[in-house]
Amino acid sequence: MAPMLRLCALKHHFGSGAMRRQVLIDISLSVEAGEVVLLTGPSGCGKTTLLTLIGALRQVQEGSVQVFGEELRGASAAVRLRLRRRIGMIIQGHNLLRCLSAEQNVQMGADLLEGLSYRARRDRSREWLRAVGLQDHLDKLPHDLSGGQKQRVAIARALAARPQLLLADEPTASLDSRTGREVVELLKGLAKDQGCGVLMVTHDPRILDVADRLVQMEDGRLSQGAYAID
Amino acid sequence: MFARLWQGRRIPLAWLLLTRQPMRLLVALAGIAFAGILMFMQLGFRDGLFDASVTIHRLLDADLVLISPRSSSSVSMAGFPRRRLVQAMADPAVVGITPVHWNLLLWRNPENRATRSILTLGFEPADPLFTDPSLARKAKLLQDRGRVLFDELSRPEFGPVAAWFRSGRTVESEISGQRVRVAGLVALGTSFGADGNLLTSHETYLRLLPNTPPGSIEVGLIRLTPGSDPAEVAARLKRRLPADVTVLTKDGFIAFEQDYWRSSTSIGFIFTLGAAMGFVVGCVIVYQILYSDVSDHLPEYATLMAMGYRLTSLLGVVAREGLLLATFGYLPAYAAGQGLYLVVRNATQLPVTMDTTRALTVFIMILVMCMGSALLAMRKLADADPAEIF
Repeated sequence: MAPMLRLCALKHHFGSGAMRRQVLIDISLSVEAGEVVLLTGPSGCGKTTLLTLIGALRQVQEGSVQVFGEELRGASAAVRLRLRRRIGMIIQGHNLLRCLSAEQNVQMGADLLEGLSYRARRDRSREWLRAVGLQDHLDKLPHDLSGGQKQRVAIARALAARPQLLLADEPTASLDSRTGREVVELLKGLAKDQGCGVLMVTHDPRILDVADRLVQMEDGRLSQGAYAID
Repeated sequence: MFARLWQGRRIPLAWLLLTRQPMRLLVALAGIAFAGILMFMQLGFRDGLFDASVTIHRLLDADLVLISPRSSSSVSMAGFPRRRLVQAMADPAVVGITPVHWNLLLWRNPENRATRSILTLGFEPADPLFTDPSLARKAKLLQDRGRVLFDELSRPEFGPVAAWFRSGRTVESEISGQRVRVAGLVALGTSFGADGNLLTSHETYLRLLPNTPPGSIEVGLIRLTPGSDPAEVAARLKRRLPADVTVLTKDGFIAFEQDYWRSSTSIGFIFTLGAAMGFVVGCVIVYQILYSDVSDHLPEYATLMAMGYRLTSLLGVVAREGLLLATFGYLPAYAAGQGLYLVVRNATQLPVTMDTTRALTVFIMILVMCMGSALLAMRKLADADPAEIF
C-alpha cells in the first residue's frame, strides 16, 4: 500500500537573486497510514514551510511531494483543493471564525463532507467537541473561550472533516499537561482506528512518547530516526 | 426538493458574519436605508411632479383633443379658431365636442387681498367637460353670470374659500378687476403649473378676459362613437383640418404636457441626479462596510481555503452578505418612504404615492448598489493566502 505521504528530495527557496535563501534542503520522508510521526527542531528551521507544502497550500518548487499517491508538484489548483479536503490541519494560531460558536466552527469542518444531512453533520460536530471535552461550551463564541479551549475547537474542526492525513503545528502548545496528553492520545487513536497518517510538529517533550517515529529537523535538513524512543 | 435543500443546508456564514457584528450591521443598514430614502424621495418628487402636471388632463371627457400648434404647455396655451372644432364634427366618428377656454388668471385672495395665478377653464355649462358625472350637476350653477366653481384642493394661498363656502358664507372675490362669486366646490387637484383651479362658464370667462379674440378657444374636446379607434380618427382629422390646429389623442395630450416638463425644464434632470447621488452615497457606504468586513476576516477566509473551501463558495458568502444588506436595508427605506410620501402629500397636495414600479426600481437600485459593492469587495478576497495561516 502506498504511504499517505512521501517526500522525495524536496527543496524550497524564498526570495530571488541575492536575497534567495534555501529553507528546505533535500527532505525525504514518508508517513504511512496509521502512523504518528513527530517533527521537532528549533524554530525557523523550516518546519512550518514544510507543512504548508504538504498541505498543498504552497507550490512545490523542486523535488517531489506525494499525498495519497498524487504528485503535488505542478498540480492544478483544482487537484490541490481536492487534496486539501482530505488533509486536516491544526494550526497554532487556530484561526477560528470569530462570528461562529464553537459548534458552528466545528461544523464548518463537517460541512466539507459530501452527502451527509445537516443533522448528521451537526451531530458529528457535537461528538468531536465532546471528544475534546468541550460538550459544555457548544454555544460559546471563540471570544469567550480560553486559549486551550480554542485550540481544542480547532482540533475538533480538523477532525470533523474526516481527514486521512493530519498535519498539526504545536497542537499542545496552549494546553495544560493533562489536556495536552488527552489531545495527543485522541490523535493517536484516530490514526490507529481510521488509518490516518499524522505528522505533528512539536516542542513538547511530554508527548514525544506517542510517536511511532521521531524526526528532527535543523537548518532545513532532516535527521531521521536519530532518536530512539524509550 | 425542499427537504433535500433543507438537509443540505450549511452554516449560514454570511448571516452570522453580519449579525454577530451588530454595530457594523446597524451602520450599514442605516447607510443603505438612507440611500434608499433619498432615492424614494427624489424619484417620488420627479414622478409626482410629472403626474401632477396632468391632473386636469386626465379628468377631461375626451377621446381626441385639439390644441394650437403654438401651445407649449398647460401654462402657455395659445388660441385657435373654434371653427376647426365644428369642422371636426363632419367626421362620422365624432359624436360630441366641447370648446374650452384655458388660461391662467389672477385670483385675489378674499381674506388678505393678495393675488395669485389660478388655472381657469371656461366652457358651456351644458357641455360635458370632465368624465366625473357629479360635475354636470354643479355646472348648472355656472349659468348665472359671474359664477365660478372653486377647486377645494387648491393651495391655501388662494384663501379659505372652501371653508368659508362650506360654512354657508357667500364667497366673492375678484379676477382681473371683475367680481366673481363662488357657486360651488369641485375637487380636481393642483399641478406643477397651476396651484389652483377654477371652472367658469364661457360667458363669464369672456367677461374676465375681454380681449380674447372672438371665436378663439384654447382646447377643443372631441368625443367619438364607442368602438372607434382614436388614433385612426386623429389621423383622418389631421389630414382634413388645416395646419393651424394639432390633433392629439387624450393620451397624446397627457404626453404632450409631461414631455414639456420632462424635456423643457430641468426638473427631470435635477431629481434624477438627486436619486443618483443617493445611489452613489449608498455604494460608498456598502463598499466600505463589506471591504472592511472582508479585510478583518482575511485570516479566517484563508483558513477556510486551507480547509478546502472553494474560492467561489467564499465569494458566495460576500455576495450573500450583499444580498442580505440589500434586503434588510430596503425594508426601513420602504417604510420611511411611505411615511415621507404622506407628509409630502399633505404639505404639497402633489400626488406622490408609492407605486409598484418605483418600489421595484428603488429595490433594484439598492440591489445593484449592494451587489456591485460586494463584487468590488470580493477583489480583496484574492489577498487571502492560505499559506500565510501558519
